[in-house]
Amino acid sequence: MTEDSTDDSTAMQAGFDALIAGDERVEPRDWMPEGYRKTLIRQIAQHAHSEIIGMQPEGNWITRAPSLRRKAILMAKVQDEAGHGLYLYSAAETLGIDRSELLDLLHAGRQKYSSIFNYPTLTWADMGAIGWLVDGAAIVNQVPICRCSYGPYARAMVRICKEESFHQRQGFEILWTLSHGSPAQRAMAQDAVNRYWWPSLMMFGPPDTGDGASPSGHTAQSMAWGIKRFSNDELRQRFVDMTVPQAEALGLSLPDPEIRWNEERGSYDFGEIDFTELFEVVKGNGPCNAERMAHKVKAHEDGAWVREAAAAYAAKRESAVA
Amino acid sequence: MTMPALATYALRLGDDALVLSHRLGEWVTNAPQLEEDVALANIGLDLLGQARTLLSYAGDVEAAGRTEDDLAYLRDEREFLNVHLVERPNEDFAVSMARQLLFSTYQLALYERLQDSADPTLAGMAAKAVKEVDYHRDHATQWVLRLGDGTDESHRRMQAGLERLWPYVDEVFGTDDLEQSLVADGIAVDASTLRAGWDGYVDGVLAEATLTRPEGTRTPPGGGRRGIHTEPMGFLLAEMQHLHRAHPGASW
Ligand SMILES: [Fe+2]
Ligand SMILES: [Fe+2]
Repeated sequence: MTEDSTDDSTAMQAGFDALIAGDERVEPRDWMPEGYRKTLIRQIAQHAHSEIIGMQPEGNWITRAPSLRRKAILMAKVQDEAGHGLYLYSAAETLGIDRSELLDLLHAGRQKYSSIFNYPTLTWADMGAIGWLVDGAAIVNQVPICRCSYGPYARAMVRICKEESFHQRQGFEILWTLSHGSPAQRAMAQDAVNRYWWPSLMMFGPPDTGDGASPSGHTAQSMAWGIKRFSNDELRQRFVDMTVPQAEALGLSLPDPEIRWNEERGSYDFGEIDFTELFEVVKGNGPCNAERMAHKVKAHEDGAWVREAAAAYAAKRESAVA
Repeated sequence: MTMPALATYALRLGDDALVLSHRLGEWVTNAPQLEEDVALANIGLDLLGQARTLLSYAGDVEAAGRTEDDLAYLRDEREFLNVHLVERPNEDFAVSMARQLLFSTYQLALYERLQDSADPTLAGMAAKAVKEVDYHRDHATQWVLRLGDGTDESHRRMQAGLERLWPYVDEVFGTDDLEQSLVADGIAVDASTLRAGWDGYVDGVLAEATLTRPEGTRTPPGGGRRGIHTEPMGFLLAEMQHLHRAHPGASW
């Protein structure tokens, strides 16, 4: 390496640092440290994979939706999630990696998706619980990413968050209708909330401190880079504070006897989360990990001949034009 | 109690849209690529919207207090009036794209004419839906071209998909006294008059896609328009209706 290029890289690093320090956006054409690029690829890919694996638990109920209006809303929602996947894969592609490579990594189990989607959707009320709690938690996680230092990711998040808030309202409305319906519908709603409450809290990831905390260096680096803005526990608390009054409005209880308002903190206290469950699900031992991956891989493999045909057809057109 | 002819006609068209929309819903999360999950859901949603308009209208015309959901969820198989083509299973992507091409080419021609119906509700539905179905036909056309003129495997599958569904085409263009009575009032379109235009378009696509137009037809005894269906229809309805029926009178 010549001295010139060392000067160049120092200058480039300084330029990057200035963008971050000034809370400006880093764009694909800008130089960025390799670690920043890798961290973003991992995070955006995991986010994209979550959108598309997340289509499965809800897609599971499209053919059984109990009214035509609900069927239309659910189909549109699952379609939105596919759209979110598309925006996010495009954002990842600006970092120099193809969607097909990312899908291969997912299918090989080398990249992850949100553990929440490894829980089964057993009743119609689960469509309500997912919209209200899972999309609700996603919003809390994602709103700060609208200000992420990486421009394409931040812009994708702005579009996505708008739609997620629709989804959350629709989920709330499903549960509202059920909780004001027949005793059987009400029981269905309560059961869904009981099953989805704790896994939703786990969506914010491991605790900031103590056993199972994620390596603090990671979080600190992501914060310094402006990729992460708040800690897992801060976001989790924000979600609890937002959700407890909504549960009261629904007339449904949350399966945690320790939830109570803490005047001093100005927040709700809540019970201890069993993170061993989260770690088991992350390791692949959740209720539906194998099914979700098998479904995804099967769709991909079944579609291989279609994608090959499209590529072959496009190549023929191109050579005909040339 | 017999339904007024207009209500029956609206149900026939509504059931076509409802059942095909359901089949497209089955594709979601199973498509060959993410863009197709989006596109198939989109087409399914368009059809579902048309179905809701048509079923609601059938209920209004019948004036017996039945809603779109009563009609979708509480009728038995023998009361469904869709053609067989739309209820045929998805099988592979080629079969599904054949079904889309064959049906949407018919439906586009139908809606184009129905825009001039003397019935303002049918005319309004058709005027809105014609833009949607124009896209559906284009989407199917593009795929039939890609698959027909893609690889050896896709060509073979696309030809097989056409062969599979061709027997269900003739029924789509069947007409009967009920339809004719509404044609006489300027309300309905005589489906048999749409065949020549359909042949022209489909033949053009097949030729460009290097596919061969299949031979052979099948005139189903009774037929979907009179509530006689193919075996997969019962399973489709069982899945679609079970939750709604398990909670009589509930709102969702
Ligand atoms: Fe999403
Ligand atoms: Fe969502």
